[in-house]
Amino acid sequence: MTGEWQATSRTMIEPGRDRRVERWTLNFGPQHPATHTTLQLVLELDGERVVACTPHIGYLHSGFEKLGEHHTYDQYVTVTDRMNYVSPMANNIAWHHACEKLFGIEITPRCKAIRTIILELARIQDHLLCLGAMGLDVGAMTVFLYEFKPREWIYDLFEEICGARFTTSYTRVGGLMHDMPDAWPDHVKSFCRRTPEAIDDMEVLLTRNRIFIERTKGIGVVGHDDAIDWGLTGPMARASGVKRDLRKDEPFLCYEHNWDGAGSSPPQFKVPIATGGDVYSRYLVRVEEMRQSLSIVEQLIDNIPAGSVNVEPEGKRTLSSKSEVYFSIEGLIHHFEKIMTNRGFTPPMGEAYGAIESPNGELGFFLVSDGGNAPYRVRCRPPSFMNYQCYPQLIVGHQISDVPPILGSINIIAAELDR
Amino acid sequence: MSEPPADIATEKVVAGHPAVRALVESFDQQFDFAPGLLKAGENQVCVRVPPDRLLEVMTFLRHDARCRFEQLSDLAGVDYLQFPGATDRFAVVYGLVSLTHNHRLWVKCFVNDPDPKVPSVVAVWKGADWPEREVYDLFGIVFEGHPDLRRILTWEGFGAHPLRKDYPLRGLGERESYPVIGRDHA
Repeated sequence: MTGEWQATSRTMIEPGRDRRVERWTLNFGPQHPATHTTLQLVLELDGERVVACTPHIGYLHSGFEKLGEHHTYDQYVTVTDRMNYVSPMANNIAWHHACEKLFGIEITPRCKAIRTIILELARIQDHLLCLGAMGLDVGAMTVFLYEFKPREWIYDLFEEICGARFTTSYTRVGGLMHDMPDAWPDHVKSFCRRTPEAIDDMEVLLTRNRIFIERTKGIGVVGHDDAIDWGLTGPMARASGVKRDLRKDEPFLCYEHNWDGAGSSPPQFKVPIATGGDVYSRYLVRVEEMRQSLSIVEQLIDNIPAGSVNVEPEGKRTLSSKSEVYFSIEGLIHHFEKIMTNRGFTPPMGEAYGAIESPNGELGFFLVSDGGNAPYRVRCRPPSFMNYQCYPQLIVGHQISDVPPILGSINIIAAELDR
Repeated sequence: MSEPPADIATEKVVAGHPAVRALVESFDQQFDFAPGLLKAGENQVCVRVPPDRLLEVMTFLRHDARCRFEQLSDLAGVDYLQFPGATDRFAVVYGLVSLTHNHRLWVKCFVNDPDPKVPSVVAVWKGADWPEREVYDLFGIVFEGHPDLRRILTWEGFGAHPLRKDYPLRGLGERESYPVIGRDHA
């Protein structure tokens, strides 16, 4: 290196200063394709090695919790669609699961079965995008594109059942928007036949791919005790050996014994656990979870109980069906009473916390009710928020090229993170 | 709306997981104050702890063999300003999970204006870091001893605490009076 070059270079080192301690600060995001969503990381770099990281969040803060205090229990479901928009159905179910705990409503067996099936479809939908993006982060573009095909099939199924592909808003207090179409179970079965092949395709491309393994194994390791201490849940915790799945530990919907009141046992499935705690373990856990979810859907789809999807349609505890509203005066009156701002639902005064095992982990809503039409306070316990806070510790010491794969493996959805 | 607020009643026995209920009953011997049980939903037991005893109680809950609440599942603030019959303004709600025993416990800590503050539990659970920053940001409750208490969802200099009940839904004009940076000053 000539003296002249040193004088004109922007990375000029002052005489007498040790180049090895020279640190760079890099603004990663908020507008950067590898952050997946709107996140900002301020990275302190020593060459290519990350020395320190400060995440800044809040770019997508939209006051969802404040909005909840001004929406009724049925209206707010549209807001939950926009939290984790990769698997909106799971948020809908989580929201009304908490509401029904507050109201003390036990939903009908048919509703439980349909909700469980769409929750598992949402899990597959979420994991497909997460794994595809994880491949994209290490340069495997093909996987990302492959994974969108089964995701399209799930969008088609959701469109058929609720009319919307993205903003589903399918659940209601004590039931669903409406019953599923008659042909829907056949279409789900067709989906279950086609999807294992799509998962196999992805596995062929990634699981034993040397580049993928070298980029992901031993990267971003979280230990078992740390995972618990940091409040991690879902695939992220299970990849670190934490045996925790709300479907088994705090059963809800069809995961409960005797869920239909006729002695049915819950669907058989295994909870995959990995012990590596690294990006590769998270990948493996998610792949296996998709297969288990498919198995749950297959077990339930032929055994959806008959009957109503809404609890007590005559008992005025939920919204009346649209045919009631349009063709009977009682139904119309009842509908107006439920949606008027000074009437509506009358939950007991008190509070409730309802949580489900969403694709990313424990998604819970903590509700405080003063007996009014709208909740007094809505708290969303987002898995992304709790999972993301240990991120700076995960990337310190790694190369800058490891930053996106670790971020992808946590599967941050900024809309849920910032709410 | 006419009943007494369920939330601040102090009856001794509530519906809840029998193991957790028995556990909470035994607190009377453990600590010299009697933690009032608060009515929560089914299978939810909630304990009220005064702020000055919080760290002691939380450390006990984390490490005692009968409790083993290894995970802080949730940490939320509630503003009881307009809640009928409430006597305290803010509550910090801690949702604890024991993976060993598979049970949950809710701990509430009530604080009041003008100087709402509670001790930070980051030393007990690392995962309390960001949730405490969030409650500080949105409610203005100060967590004493927090290593890095900055705003997290809104920006530094935002000024208000949006989840307080006296903060209007439309905001205080932050949208309208935001300083626009012109091309010349960018």
